[in-house]
Amino acid sequence: MSERVEIRLIVNGEPVAKSVPARQNLVDFLREELGLTGTRAGCEHGVCGACTLRIDGAIARGCLVFAAQLDGSTVETVEGLSDSGEIADLQAQFLARNALQCGFCTAGMLVASAELLRRAEVPSRAEIREFLAGNYCRCTG
Amino acid sequence: MSGPLSFLDRPNSYIGRSVPRPNAKRLLQGRGTYVDDLRLPRLVHAAFLRSPYAHARIVRIDTARAAAQSGVLRIVTAADLAGVYTPWVGVLTHMKGMKSAPQHPLAQERARWQGEPVAAVVAESRAVAEDAVSLIEVQWEELPPLVSPEAALAPGAAPLHPELGDNLAFARSVDAGAVDDAFARADAVVEETFTFARHTGVCPETRSLLADFNPADRQLTLYCSSQAPHMMKEIVLRHFKLGEGDVRVVCRDVGGSYGIKIHVYPDEMTVIALALLLGRPVKFIADRLESFVSDIHARAHRIKGRIALSKTGEILAFEIDDLAGIGPYSTYPRSSVVEGGQVVNLVGSWYRSANYRARLAVAFQTKPPMSQYRAVGHPIACAVTEALVDRGAHALGLDPAELRRRNLIADDAYPWTSPAGLRFEKLSHQRTLARLMELMDYEGLRLEQRELRAKGIHRGIGLASFVEITNPGPAFYGVGGAPISAQDGCTLRLEPGGSVTCAVSITEQGQGTETVVAQIVASVLGLPFERVRVVTGDTERTPYGGGTWASRGVGIGGEAALQAAKALRANILALAGAMLQAAPETIDIAEGWIVEAATGARRIGLDEVGRAGYFRGDTLPPGVQPELVATRHYQPRDYPFAFTNGVQASWLEVDVETGFVTLLKHWVVEDCGTAVNPLLVEEQIRGGVVQGIGGALFEECLYDGAGQLLNGSLADYLVPMAGEMPDIEVAHLSTPTRGSELGAKGVGEAGTAGAPAAVMNAVNDALAPFGAHIAEQPMTPARILRALRRV
Repeated sequence: MSERVEIRLIVNGEPVAKSVPARQNLVDFLREELGLTGTRAGCEHGVCGACTLRIDGAIARGCLVFAAQLDGSTVETVEGLSDSGEIADLQAQFLARNALQCGFCTAGMLVASAELLRRAEVPSRAEIREFLAGNYCRCTG
Repeated sequence: MSGPLSFLDRPNSYIGRSVPRPNAKRLLQGRGTYVDDLRLPRLVHAAFLRSPYAHARIVRIDTARAAAQSGVLRIVTAADLAGVYTPWVGVLTHMKGMKSAPQHPLAQERARWQGEPVAAVVAESRAVAEDAVSLIEVQWEELPPLVSPEAALAPGAAPLHPELGDNLAFARSVDAGAVDDAFARADAVVEETFTFARHTGVCPETRSLLADFNPADRQLTLYCSSQAPHMMKEIVLRHFKLGEGDVRVVCRDVGGSYGIKIHVYPDEMTVIALALLLGRPVKFIADRLESFVSDIHARAHRIKGRIALSKTGEILAFEIDDLAGIGPYSTYPRSSVVEGGQVVNLVGSWYRSANYRARLAVAFQTKPPMSQYRAVGHPIACAVTEALVDRGAHALGLDPAELRRRNLIADDAYPWTSPAGLRFEKLSHQRTLARLMELMDYEGLRLEQRELRAKGIHRGIGLASFVEITNPGPAFYGVGGAPISAQDGCTLRLEPGGSVTCAVSITEQGQGTETVVAQIVASVLGLPFERVRVVTGDTERTPYGGGTWASRGVGIGGEAALQAAKALRANILALAGAMLQAAPETIDIAEGWIVEAATGARRIGLDEVGRAGYFRGDTLPPGVQPELVATRHYQPRDYPFAFTNGVQASWLEVDVETGFVTLLKHWVVEDCGTAVNPLLVEEQIRGGVVQGIGGALFEECLYDGAGQLLNGSLADYLVPMAGEMPDIEVAHLSTPTRGSELGAKGVGEAGTAGAPAAVMNAVNDALAPFGAHIAEQPMTPARILRALRRV
């Protein structure tokens, strides 16, 4: 259990080199080792979607991936997507429509929404619902 | 509206405007601060060993192997905490005859529910703590579980707490009017037994606590995910023998709460004890799996109900018998009997009938404790009432909307007292129903329904009128001995630069508390909204108050803010008047400027007033002492509660082959009085409706006969997700309460209160052609097929 693995990866555009416990998942790695607390652990079994982020450009559940698997990978989180301005329009619309209350699920919602917009320029309401059906929000429903 | 122009109607008022929430920006950038985001020096982590059995004697606990693990700092069982705390009893003294047993942070000799904390490990990381938990060896002696409330109350059932004598936690009855006579002369009587399954809150952020004790200055700081920081402080100082100056409770961002985070949990009390013992910060973040067996559950009720009607469509009487199981302890400090009590209070109360009988029995059992969760009792009372009304309409061959029209309390009949003694100041049931009919095109929808039925498509329309208890006064908890404040306070300070800092005792869990308070303060003071900075969630920085629960934030805290703003405004005008040699009544504040009241002409900026007040006292006339801070408190006194009302409708399709329900549309017409921010009101309603739909269709803590939870993960416990939810259209009416100048009532629970009833009635409407009906929630496909007698 104490086995450690050396990894080098790019997180939000910055190179990171760390020795991580073999069993540490990506969310814990980001939060505990890098202080990137914007990605949240909501269920730690891949259902709630609060930890949705990007690995090598594709969205993934951060709780279902070990940090040790990510040597050579590129990881993007809500912090990076905010700083780069990539999701600024989405954030502005979430704010204007009050598409969040407590905010715990919001990072995952934004990353998933950005992915949907990348796949379909103007998704229908039904497509939006279906795509976001993997992100649990208790406040706004 | 007649009368003088209120502060709410001033030019540039923010009241009634859908201002976006400034504090949402940090949440959108992943820069929020929930408890698990905090890092403190020397921080250690706690994990719990929980009882794997519903009922078992703890024969022996061996912690040696666990304690030997590298990184483990301390392991405690019940005996190790003796003397650190005093146990608690979740009894409210005004609930006559209520009883419960003392509860401890860790199970003493017996564990009484699967999930009860038994031992705690503190380690350098959560992972190491969990490893050590798995190495603790417990020798258990299984005892017979007491799962169903019926079994718990059966004659001869062994009492779960021998000192209590039996398993009856609480009983209550109401008998108003002439119920027997009403049923005897009724032309139609409909009876039904309703079952509401246990479900739970599933907060996105699980229960979280960081307890930091600094023995050098004897300061305990609790960073918690809570709705009621002042209550938590009072509880902690009482039970850990600390002084009022020794404890500070801080709530930063709270990742959802819905009533789950206003209770005292034994694991959290253990964490506080550990911080005191270790003299360093201890963090506990419940994981999702342990949340299912340690968060409070709610809604487990079996209700036998009946309704009496005349052939002219007059409701003559309601009668119910409610049996609820609350787990082994009444939850502290709000108790676990309020949900049943609210069912008894509420059933039928929005109809004119004066004849009402209700019985409630609340039983101890070996399941997790049950207590208040969003809309406490309302979803059950509403579903029972509205289902009986629909069944009554069916029996009489009347349209369900028409039966409601004939029996809802008339809008000009107020003040009104319900048979159970609820006092309604002024409600708008008839107008909300009329508005709903128009909004949903009721007649058009009925036509569409008939046409589709002919094609074998089975859609249903369900209506549900409701009332919601909001703005509770001190008679709710305080009178029963609980350290729960019914009042709230607001302190405003004009800063030298002309902005205002506002500290308010109501709290934010994403509802928009801080935004709404800023809107009120900015409107009354005549400031741009951006110049009001709101501080919440810190017992050291805010006035004393109850917090945010029971739909009380805006109605109570908002009024305190309004009164504080009026007081600060008077102080500012007094100082500005002295500076300008003008009588205060001839000047006003608008958009951050002191203006001439008559013409609106700008004289000086508030920054100039602030600077004179704080830095240039030398320029002020003799005897002028600027007072640029004002505090006001408010609590409702005229009525025990400010009731709101509304009506909901559900339009859905049932696949009679599979039992699946597709929600097509949902409508809500609500009347919460003054809506300070209509967007936030609508989002409270929508989120509440979805939470109600969860209980109606999906959510259930499934237990086997041994008291074992069968679906304690998010993969197995179904929550409502975007894919299944309908569009929810919301319309507002406004009947402000006269108990406050703001006139705001609560709105946080209205959606949850009415949605399960509307959905259940819609399902039954869809099933009507088959002569089938369902009275069990959640209405799963299997249960619907059973109702259709297809399985």
